[in-house]
Amino acid sequence: MSEPASLTWLASHEFRLGWRDWVSLVTAGGRTRARNAIIGLIAFAAFMHVFAYWTVANYADATLSFDTAALVGITGTLVLSWSLLLSQAMESVTRAFYSRSDLDLILTSPASARKVFAVRMGRIAAAAVVIAVLLAAPFVNVLAVLGGSRWLAAYGVVAAMGAVATAAALALTIGLFRVVGAKRTRLIAQVVAAIIGAAFVIGLQIAAIFSAGSISRFAALQSDWMLTHVPDTASAFWWPARAVLGDFVALAGVVAFGIGILCVSIALFCRRFGEHAVAAAGVSSATVRQPRWSLGFRRRSPSRALRQKEWTLLLRDAWLISQTLMQILYLLPPALLLWVTFRDGHGSFVVLIPVVVMAAGQLAGGLAWLSISGEDAPELVATAPITAHRVLWAKVEAVIGMIALIFAPIVAVLMLDAVSAGIVCGLGILAAAAAATVIQLCFRVQARRSQFRRRQTSSRLATFAEAFSSIAWAATTALAAGGSWAALGPAAVAFVILGGVWLVSPSRA
Amino acid sequence: MKQNRPIALALRGVSKRFDRPAVDALDLTVYGGEFYALVGPNGAGKTTTLRMVVGLLRPDAGSICIGGIDALADSVAAKQMTAWLSDEPMIYEKLTPYEYLEFVAGLWRIEPAAAEARARELIGWLGLEPHAHERCEGFSKGMRQKVALAGALVHDPKLIILDEPLTGLDAGTARQVKNVLRERVRAGGTVIMTTHILEVAERMADRIGVIAGGRLIAEGTLDDLRQQTGETATSLEDTFLALVAEQVAAA
Repeated sequence: MSEPASLTWLASHEFRLGWRDWVSLVTAGGRTRARNAIIGLIAFAAFMHVFAYWTVANYADATLSFDTAALVGITGTLVLSWSLLLSQAMESVTRAFYSRSDLDLILTSPASARKVFAVRMGRIAAAAVVIAVLLAAPFVNVLAVLGGSRWLAAYGVVAAMGAVATAAALALTIGLFRVVGAKRTRLIAQVVAAIIGAAFVIGLQIAAIFSAGSISRFAALQSDWMLTHVPDTASAFWWPARAVLGDFVALAGVVAFGIGILCVSIALFCRRFGEHAVAAAGVSSATVRQPRWSLGFRRRSPSRALRQKEWTLLLRDAWLISQTLMQILYLLPPALLLWVTFRDGHGSFVVLIPVVVMAAGQLAGGLAWLSISGEDAPELVATAPITAHRVLWAKVEAVIGMIALIFAPIVAVLMLDAVSAGIVCGLGILAAAAAATVIQLCFRVQARRSQFRRRQTSSRLATFAEAFSSIAWAATTALAAGGSWAALGPAAVAFVILGGVWLVSPSRA
Repeated sequence: MKQNRPIALALRGVSKRFDRPAVDALDLTVYGGEFYALVGPNGAGKTTTLRMVVGLLRPDAGSICIGGIDALADSVAAKQMTAWLSDEPMIYEKLTPYEYLEFVAGLWRIEPAAAEARARELIGWLGLEPHAHERCEGFSKGMRQKVALAGALVHDPKLIILDEPLTGLDAGTARQVKNVLRERVRAGGTVIMTTHILEVAERMADRIGVIAGGRLIAEGTLDDLRQQTGETATSLEDTFLALVAEQVAAA
């Protein structure tokens, strides 16, 4: 048994808290949920292995006789994955700063605060490494089975990437604290994290559109310009890629670098982590005045009051806007493709339509959760002289109105190119948005808006139904825009999903 | 005298069961213009009773009439004359008190001019003027409770139902809330309030109902309650504890 307040004792405490957090996140309490969660995880792992086989099986025979194109491809994939890890790590670091939880206890105890915060940073790194390894596992396993055990070296690379991502996240977040202060860091860090997560994918797509007129992210990585401008294959720049392919010297270098940079970061930042956590805990919301007294109360029906309230709350919450509209970032490449297409008269709008419809479905799902489940004054609304049906309908109107406002410009530009395609796209957007809203209605719960980020864990069924429904509507719209009767197939699937959701929805019970 | 007043709230045989009976065949009558305090130990069924009255829970059995309207059959009409305030103020962080009151007035379909005048009056009474156009996100619990109380009163309800409205408030804020409630009763409104602070019930209420095990075990003025226990010179606290002890012994 370790000495109380020692590093190992604190680490075991952090591990216990982290484990319980994870279990409650997966199971949300209850044995039935735990059993279902285990079955779901096994099914998901199996699905991911099939997906991995489909995507990487052809590369299993790649050997250490590297060519530049292979190294660029692997490095690009690693950088892409690392940007997502960095995004997640920044989220975790920011959350750790702003969660008061046991801060008072830690700082009023005789235990060394530096030690406690060092362990806490270690926990964040461990979580990032575990997530990275779990996500990479299906791909590495498939490659190892098909191409030999040397591929297992990729686990080491992935773990090192998790460590480096955490170190970078700590440096970035603490840098933000110093530059913009504790009040603004939370929002800015979360926005930066989301942008980092999306920027690399989007950047590659935009480069691909300009270089090859394609939306594929690999087109830019394999372009002549890229291949002639990257370092020589002997450069240390390629060590992570070489390590993935089984170069154990490179692997040792990459792992040592990852562990080293993480340890240095923890040693450097553990004192500041405590200082900034204290500063974050002392932050009270800034006073924001809304000058409007002179306009007076406006006449409005209960439905209009509800719609107006939903829109006002969303527009005033920069964090929620960043979380919900971040999906719109992914629309930039297709929008650019549309512009390029429209300019050149290629008429390849069919590529754009499913992306737009998919984004509309996903965005509507988020907005519907905020509007329907994320009601901060549920008792006020429930005790108002308005039927529950009317309340729900007003909230649905608020969601669909917002979606219409966001996507109308894209549909309008499409209609300039092809009127019928624009109309079909508009209908697809409405269908995907309505379906996502219905799914949220079926799985509505009472929650606070601040719990938005955890909405996907409250009902995984709703999350998957929402995603598959959006995909089905995207396929339907793309096929319909192309004039194919095959559109009826995915449309039928979309309705089957909705029917299934209705049958199993808790609100029906 | 109270028999001459209209009945503001009538509960007949109201029952609600969760894993055990929370409210058990409860009969309760509150008259118009009355300040009624509902007291009882934790888990006695006070909050469940009031949540059924305001339509947040549906009773398993019994009837609820508000101002002569069957609240279970025509909940919208009943809600039109009712306001609810819980111990945990639920307001919108990103709205200002002024906007919150405008939203509530919209939900209750109140004429804008009348609602605005009423909002200004309430904001003044509750000392919220300096913060009327600040978003509620930085407010203390007391400020939030005042905003929520203003929201409960802006539509001029005939029946105000409050669940532990003074919990966690400082003395100054608690006094402001009590003053506003007294003013409502003086103006002819009916107030029903649960509280654990027996001095508040003793000082403010016209009648006190003691609830335990989901049943109304005693009701009346403080003197009425004292007579029931056979002690004439005791405080409400002593009387309350004696009544509850009797109930526990009987159970």
